[in-house]
Amino acid sequence: MTAPVPGGVPDRPPVAERRLHPVTPFRRAWAPVAVLAGWAVHDPNAAQEQLTRLTGTMLLIGLSVLVPAAGLYGFLSWWFTHFAVTGGELRIRTGLLFRRTAHIRLERIQAVDVTRPLLARVAGVAKLRIDVVGAAKKDELAFLGEREARALRAELLARAAGFAPETAREVGEAPARELLHVPPRALVLSLLLTGATWGSLAAALVVPPLLWFATHSVWTVLATALPLLGAAGASSAGRFVTEYDWSVGESPDGLRIDHGLLDRAHETVPPGRVQTVRIVEPLLWRRLGWVRVELDVAGSDNSVLVPVAPRAVAESVIARVLPGVTVPASPARPPRRARWCVPVWWRGHGLAVTDAVFAARHGLLRRRLSLVPHAKVQSVRLTQGPWGRLWRLADVHVDTGAGRTVTARLRDADEAARLLRAQAERSRTGRRDARPDRWMA
Amino acid sequence: METGSPAETGVTGDEPVWRGLPPGLLRMRRLLLVVWTGVLALAAGLLPGLLAGPAWGAFALLPLALAAWFWRLLGRNWRSWRYTERADDLLIRRGVLWREETVVPYGRMQLVEVTSGPLERYFGLASVQLHTAAAATDAVVPGLDPAEAERLRDRLTELGEARSAGL
Repeated sequence: MTAPVPGGVPDRPPVAERRLHPVTPFRRAWAPVAVLAGWAVHDPNAAQEQLTRLTGTMLLIGLSVLVPAAGLYGFLSWWFTHFAVTGGELRIRTGLLFRRTAHIRLERIQAVDVTRPLLARVAGVAKLRIDVVGAAKKDELAFLGEREARALRAELLARAAGFAPETAREVGEAPARELLHVPPRALVLSLLLTGATWGSLAAALVVPPLLWFATHSVWTVLATALPLLGAAGASSAGRFVTEYDWSVGESPDGLRIDHGLLDRAHETVPPGRVQTVRIVEPLLWRRLGWVRVELDVAGSDNSVLVPVAPRAVAESVIARVLPGVTVPASPARPPRRARWCVPVWWRGHGLAVTDAVFAARHGLLRRRLSLVPHAKVQSVRLTQGPWGRLWRLADVHVDTGAGRTVTARLRDADEAARLLRAQAERSRTGRRDARPDRWMA
Repeated sequence: METGSPAETGVTGDEPVWRGLPPGLLRMRRLLLVVWTGVLALAAGLLPGLLAGPAWGAFALLPLALAAWFWRLLGRNWRSWRYTERADDLLIRRGVLWREETVVPYGRMQLVEVTSGPLERYFGLASVQLHTAAAATDAVVPGLDPAEAERLRDRLTELGEARSAGL
């Protein structure tokens, strides 16, 4: 474990507990309404029956009970939620009947997200979420005042970085330098050049009419058309809205990612938290030389680093995210006899190992190159099936802490065995010059 | 086999000392196989034999033949399990048709688990499982002698502490 922070434990008396922003109860007040709506959707016939029986007075009585009850619930859940920042922890205490206290160790922070959904933006509040391994959805602080959320994020990061608790509050936000900004035009073009957008749109336009001719049942058509339309919307407009105004910045606190048109999100990933980076190259983007970069951070939901950028720019961002890493230019293909194991697609596989990363490529049309820094490798496995043994081929799997496994498929068996040993060695020694958890210490 | 000492000097020679599993696991698995085959053979022989005529009782041979094959498979699978503690990592090798070899550096171990079910306890067996931060890591050594399992657990935790590294 890390050495105790000076003043970390004796600091206990001045722990000031704070409450969330007073707007929060209104958010919680939705819960009973949501329950009712859920019931209505779940059982539409019964709901309709009940609705016809409702009279004006009953509706009024119902509302007069429901609204205060919801209000009370919202108020109480707000009243009983406290949080405090102590020497090395963020403590969240919540719950009226079932009490729950979460202590989040700050040096274990994997990422800090500040999100502002549309309504919250109107109200001037923000959600703050600390990603640590095993953190639950309910560990987010929703809502805080916008300025308070920024200040708290800066303070948490300063403490996590190893600044003394007394100075952490004054350190303020670390200056950021913009690395990349995705122009809306490029984003739109990239979405238009994505097969999934057109595929889901075509499905949404073709399947419901076909169903109508086949069944002549409105409900069947609606039941399939709505999810299809939803999927089409999510893969085109939804992606545009979330990936709009995407910018990636760099600061001493690590990587900063800002994005969103309606819901704004801001993420900070401290140095050394990125477990894997993936460069995705869809078929239609290849002519333009564009790529998408995804990343994995343990305990974090977010997975996109760059939605679309020219390859050179993306590689320069990767070089900042994984210091000392250059993206290998041409991963080595499996031996030719691999075509007996995976007929055409064997050409898509490839492997390159540099001093800093294990890089495996797969996919023929949509190429994906996964990079794992040696220091992030948790275990290495070699597998070989009977057919693979016949052709003297084996797969090497590299497991990372973000729950993702990167596989180099169809390697020559001897090469794979050597790779296994060498990778175990590299993953052990790769840790030596890794930065400490408290990156400023 | 002495495995306590090479830790300080590194690997003994080029090839580390591989350890197999004690025969208890094979005995237990084979006994289970015999018991289940007995039940199956009885059912497969008696039911058609009583319902359709004694000649159909020959169906009982089917489970028996399968069991003979499984008997061999169990033996091969048991022989295929190997593990070795190297200076800095644990190696586990297993499988006959589908071979798998796992390397876990000690520093990445988050948790070492020793489990032993009622049947395993009866046969004096325990398995050691290693957990890392990656869920895909499936490093498990089954059917060890409890004393050996405990020794392995203690040694792994000790080495893991010494070489500990975060995520």
